[in-house]
This record gives sequence, structure tokens and C-alpha cells, in this order.
Amino acid sequence: MAERVFMKGCEAIAEAGVRAGCRFFAGYPITPQNEIPEYFARRMPEVGGVFVQGESEVASVNMLYGAAAAGARAMSSSSSCGISLYSEGVSYCASARLPVVYVNVQRGGPGIGAIQPAQQDYLQATKASGNGGFQMIVLAPATVQECVDMVYEGFELAARDNNPVLILTDGVIGTMMEPVVLPPMKSDEELAQLKEKYGVTKRACIGHPLGQQAKCFPGSAGTGQELVNKEAEKLYATWDKDVRVEKFLVDDAEIIFAAYGISARISKAIVKQLRAEGIKAGMIRPITVNPFPYDAFRDLDFNQVKGILDVEMSIPAQMRWDIDFAVQGRCQINECRRSGGQLLTNDQVLEGARQLIKEVL
Amino acid sequence: MEKVYEKTLGVLQDVVSGFCPGCMHGTAHKLVGEVVQELGMLDKLVRVEGVGCCGLGQMYVSHDVIIAAHGRACAVATGVKRSSPDSLVYTYQGDGDLASIGLDETVSAANRGENFTVIFINNGIYGMTGGQMAPTTLIGMKATTAPFGRKVEEHGYPMHVCELLAQLKTPYFLVRTAVDTPQNVIKTRKYIKQAFQNQIDGKGFSLVEIVTSCPTNWGYSAKDALTFLREKMFEEFPLGVYRDKDKEEA
Repeated sequence: MAERVFMKGCEAIAEAGVRAGCRFFAGYPITPQNEIPEYFARRMPEVGGVFVQGESEVASVNMLYGAAAAGARAMSSSSSCGISLYSEGVSYCASARLPVVYVNVQRGGPGIGAIQPAQQDYLQATKASGNGGFQMIVLAPATVQECVDMVYEGFELAARDNNPVLILTDGVIGTMMEPVVLPPMKSDEELAQLKEKYGVTKRACIGHPLGQQAKCFPGSAGTGQELVNKEAEKLYATWDKDVRVEKFLVDDAEIIFAAYGISARISKAIVKQLRAEGIKAGMIRPITVNPFPYDAFRDLDFNQVKGILDVEMSIPAQMRWDIDFAVQGRCQINECRRSGGQLLTNDQVLEGARQLIKEVL
Repeated sequence: MEKVYEKTLGVLQDVVSGFCPGCMHGTAHKLVGEVVQELGMLDKLVRVEGVGCCGLGQMYVSHDVIIAAHGRACAVATGVKRSSPDSLVYTYQGDGDLASIGLDETVSAANRGENFTVIFINNGIYGMTGGQMAPTTLIGMKATTAPFGRKVEEHGYPMHVCELLAQLKTPYFLVRTAVDTPQNVIKTRKYIKQAFQNQIDGKGFSLVEIVTSCPTNWGYSAKDALTFLREKMFEEFPLGVYRDKDKEEA
């Protein structure tokens, strides 16, 4: 049964994982996502699941690799500099085509950065999360509810594709409380059916009788690697159907805000404020930041749209690259950025918008 | 006629191993296969394999294999065994994998008392990559990255894994052994069996270190490598049982 509760982002993420059938979690403490492992540590014993505090992020992600190779629904979480240490393991999961779900509750960077919220890991998340040019579906929630829904669905996407799925959120959403509707707990029967549906038992590298050996190989012997790469490319090409984007008051808009995650919530408030003043503002919010909703920008009527304001908690701006790629210089793009734990304020975004309006309208 | 010997089903019957002449990996693989077959657990056996020459084994064994990132076998095995406790899990790692890049994963898994078996091949050198210095390379021994020989002042002393892990309270069974003579092969077989039996009995972390030779990268003939193994390697790495809680508790 779905139920409505008041919950912190990180804890809601963990509960959504449990309800999606996650029975293995490994992670290492790092702010601002500690509530995720802490929640799993309490919760897993209640559902017969496994929680391991790894000795490091490196170990944790490799525990995830092992659990997924053994057929478990496995999940982990970390934050920015910790996610860098996940690069190796996630690349191995992508190469061995293992379905894992992991969460980046972004903080400041590069390096140890700051423990406060930021959106400094966009390019790492969407373009190169490890060696070898693999890709993942990367979902970017803007609310605690979306965190829940995306984690819940993330397991199905991962299982469907046999590929890692990343939830890219930040320290604001991770640590704030909101009312959420929790999805139903998947029953053991349901999970067994899903296992069947996704061929997990056959693929999992456990319990095969002699002669039916299964191997989990994060690469290929000899020249077979090219084939592995081509198979992966085929998968990525199917993701057009998975593109998700929120278009808010875009149809008649002359000024477009482009923002994801927490920045989009702030931007939306400003769009509404400008509309009240009679300014035709709108917003495009990528919900999947990979695959990126290029068409949402590409198909804009640039006779009508005069300027785009890219709003990010990242310096330098990173999503800007994808917007530029879609817009191809057909309108002016300004940036409104904060970082290092400094939250964007309404005033700041409004000021950025007014500047753009002054320049293009 | 009475059948007195049979090839183990734990390794594939129709492939020829690519291990160098004088290498002892083959013997170790055979022993694992024999022992687990005897235990009637080949269908449950999962090999978590390190990177290096130890990583060639996946081509020769008949059971399920998960290939880990370099050094991460003990973390991967933790994930496998914890999520699938009915499986019989072992890692198979060399000295570079287990004692250098993977030392953290090894020590931490041992200290948590993870209920799996570790087969650790110590030949004092990086084999697959071509003879670089390992954490277990002997003092004075030449390696491609220590062309003038390992020096204490620059590289420190060789790493002693069994002794190191024996400092921890949790590990259940730690033994250093060899497969250079029939007697030692029989002994090692017994140790490997005990290490797997411990896992079946839920006793926790068991590690069997096998000190072996690497004629190719030591730059010796297979015969001279045996002499070096016995005279130098065994001197630095004394064979013996470093922890056996069965005996302590008895």
C-alpha cells in the first residue's frame, strides 16, 4: 500500500530502495548522505537484507559489484569526492553489465570541496563516470518525492538494461524534509517474478551446476572487447525513449530557464514571479540528465525565444555544455551560478533573469 | 581394476593451461577443484578472481567465476557471500593483488571475519605485468622496477601477510604452505580443505598462503627457481600455521 509520510530526502531514498527490493547495501560515511547508510543499517535487518559498512568507498562499490554479480538487488550511495572513488567499481559494473543503483548526494568540489550542497558533478555523472566511455541513465530529482520515485524505478531500469543507474541529487534535497507518498513494498513473490523476467538467475554467477558455468567478466579476453563496446552502444541508442523533461510554461516563452534538481525549484519560483509581472518566462528542466533532453532545446522556436538562463550550483557551469550543444548559438545563453555550498537565492536568480531580459528583450 | 586417481571436475578437462613451465598456479587450481569436489560442493563454488596471473584461472576452472577489479577480490567476495550465504566462495589472488593494491580490502575482510576462503599465491613478484617489484619481493632480489635489487632503505622489508593478519583477533584460520614437494602438496591439500570446511561450518575468514616460484620473472630455470624458493623464499616466509582457532579452542 502506498502511504503518505513526512520524510528527509536521504531516508526516503533508502526506504524507496528497500521497497523496490534492494536487499544489499554497502557504503562508507560521508556528509551529506550519512542518513542513507544509517537508515539501511536499521532497516535491513527488518527485511532480511544485508547492510555492510565498507572500509572505504572503493571497497563498498566493489561489494556492490559482488552482490549484483550474485544476483542481488544492490544499492549504494555517496557524495562527490566519495563518488570519484566509485569510478572504478561503477566502470566494472557497466562493463560486466551489472544492474546496480547508486546515489550521488552532491557536495562542493573539486577535491574534498565543501560538505554543503552543490551541483559540481554534472559532467562526471553524465559524460565520464569512470574509464572506458560507458554511459548510465542518470536521474535528477528535484523533490523528495522524485527521489523516492526514481530510486524505485531505477531498480527496474537497471534490471531492464543490465546497467548501472545513477540518481544525481544534492545536499539540499538529501537533507530536507517533505511529505512523500511511499510506493508499495515489493513482495517476495513479485521480486521472484522480476528475477525471472530479467533472467537474473541465469546470469547470476552463483549456483550453476557443472557444465553451465557463469562468468562475470568486466571486459573481454583478446579482441572481444570491441564487441562488448558495440553491445553497450546498442543499449545506449535505445534510451531515446527514456528521455524525461519538464517543460514549464515554455510554449509562449521568450526567456527560458534551464535548470535541474534543486536549482530548478528555485528557478520555477522566479518563472512564476516574472509571469505575474507579464514577462513571458518558462523553464526546461531535464529530469534525465543522461540521456539529456536535447530536443527540448533544439526544437525551441528561436524567433520567439530570445535568451536562455542556465541556472546551476556549479562554477564553472557544466550543464551549459549540453545546452550549448542543442542550441548551437541560435540564442544568447547567460549563466546564473553559485557553488561551494552557497545556495542560489531567489533574489540572485531574479537578478540573473533581469540582466538577461535587459540584454535580449 | 580399482580406480586410484581421477582428474578433478573442478577444472576444465579439455583445455591446456597457459601457465609458464615451473609455475605452481596449476597445482593450486587442481587442489581447490579436488577438495571442493570431495566436499560435494562444486555446484555451489564461486571463484572471485584477482588480477594478474591469478586472473588466468578463469579460463581453466569449471565453476562460476566473478572477475574482480585489481585488489578488490575480498570486497567483491564480501558482496557475494553476504548476499548469497549458501554459495561456497573463495578468492584467488596473487601477492600484488592481495598485499599491495588490495591490502585494505584483505585486512578489513579478515577483520570482519567474512565467511569465505582466500587462496593467496605468493611468488614475490608481479608475474603478468612482467616482473615488477611486489610487496613480497625479497631484499636484494631484482625486479624490473627495482633493477638494482630491493633495498630496505628504499622499499622496506617484504610484507608478511599471515603474520600481519595474525595480529587481528577475528581471522579463523591462517596458514602458509607450499606445493614444491609431494609432501607439501598433500599438506596444502589438507589446509585448503580445512579452509573450505571452515566456511561450510560458518567459522569465518580462512586464508591459505601458498609460497610459489615464478621462474620466468625470477630469471631462473624451473629447477633453479625451486632451489631459490626453498633456500630464500621459505627463509623469509616461514611455512606453518599462523592461526587455527579450532586448535586454540580445543
